[in-house]
Amino acid sequence: MKDTITIYVAQENGERIALEAPTDMGLSVMEVLKANEYDIQALCGGMAICATCHVEVLESEALPEQSDDEAYMLESLPHATQQSRLSCQLRVNEELDGIVLRIMPEA
Amino acid sequence: MERITTDICIVGAGPVGLFAVFEAGLLKMRCHVVDALAAVGGQLTEIYPKKPIYDIPGFPEVMAGDLVKNLEQQIDPFHPTFTLGERVEDLEKQEDGSFIVTTVAGTEIACKVVVIAGGLGSFEPRKPAIENLEKYENNGVTYMVRDPETFRDKRVVISGGGDSALDWTIYLAAICKELTLVHRGTMFRGAPESAAKVMSMAEEGQIKLILKSNVSELHGENELEAVTVLVDNEAPYQIEADYFIPLFGLVPKLGPLENWGLDLEKSAIVVNTFDYSTNIPGIYAIGDINTYPGKLKLILCGFHEAALMAQSAYNIVYPDKKFVLKYTTVNGIQELT
Repeated sequence: MKDTITIYVAQENGERIALEAPTDMGLSVMEVLKANEYDIQALCGGMAICATCHVEVLESEALPEQSDDEAYMLESLPHATQQSRLSCQLRVNEELDGIVLRIMPEA
Repeated sequence: MERITTDICIVGAGPVGLFAVFEAGLLKMRCHVVDALAAVGGQLTEIYPKKPIYDIPGFPEVMAGDLVKNLEQQIDPFHPTFTLGERVEDLEKQEDGSFIVTTVAGTEIACKVVVIAGGLGSFEPRKPAIENLEKYENNGVTYMVRDPETFRDKRVVISGGGDSALDWTIYLAAICKELTLVHRGTMFRGAPESAAKVMSMAEEGQIKLILKSNVSELHGENELEAVTVLVDNEAPYQIEADYFIPLFGLVPKLGPLENWGLDLEKSAIVVNTFDYSTNIPGIYAIGDINTYPGKLKLILCGFHEAALMAQSAYNIVYPDKKFVLKYTTVNGIQELT
């Protein structure tokens, strides 16, 4: 078992910043982004109701299925893409190791 | 127009706003609570009434809805009054230092102290990123359907894929001259029967349905005349339209509070942790809506903030009396009459 994974955040200039995240703390990707002082609001704190932690997944292994709440929220976003996810709904675990994502602007 | 006079006007009827009534009541200060939602409890009532909460001191587990009920019971001896279903709009400071808070419906609350316990803020329509969207607001762009008659015999473009987009498409199709639904996806996740109805209406030619597409530009001299539709892998084209209704759900916003002159940081109100006062004397902010170094968005932290706010507000409501901390175990609860 790996106890930390790497999450890459793609910057506007194409650069990818690596973030280390522990897998044993029950964190979400949103919480990792906040802890690293990325400018995401994540207003609702992880309940999939505000979509202010919207990310686009550029590269990853298989991701967990979207819950109905997340799917419904993404459906309603004007600028979501096929690879859009709410980072508060992505649990930090081994399967996410190496994921590359881009923080989406708020609509 | 209703006019209410009270000691403290609490903006937000979530758990922290309700508990602020208790802390104020212990100090014999009367409260009036205003909330944009029609029921008390804020997020707990609206979003997760059936979810258990495990970090309320003294409750190993409590259902969010039950916590709200308990708080209502706890503050009952202080007879708070409520204006529900009305969002606060304006704040006016009087010469004597008191305030008049006005709601969107025109209800006026005259008070000595304002306590903002607004949580996430109020839920407002999410606006799509279209360059000149604001220019056409009230000139063809609208985010909600207030009076369907407005759209009679007009050319209407609706954008969105959720339930409200589906429902209004079905409803307005019978009234409009021409209705186009533009949806980013290839299918709808809304209520299956509404989705099926919209699909069949499109097949029968009652509406025009454009999938895998976005409205990307708006056109018109002063009023909206046309929209550009950007379709996946196709050249963009224009559709003539009198109205464009983007229906992309709701997003929590500070709303009118943004214009009250409060110090803000990332949509939160900056407070002094000494007493949770804001930069405007007489206005406090407690609970999820405030920010300070080390802030944790927890209900229990909001409760603590309410207690400290109340002892500070006491000096404003009763400037000639000295604050003395009283324990409920010693004094019990003195009902406010």
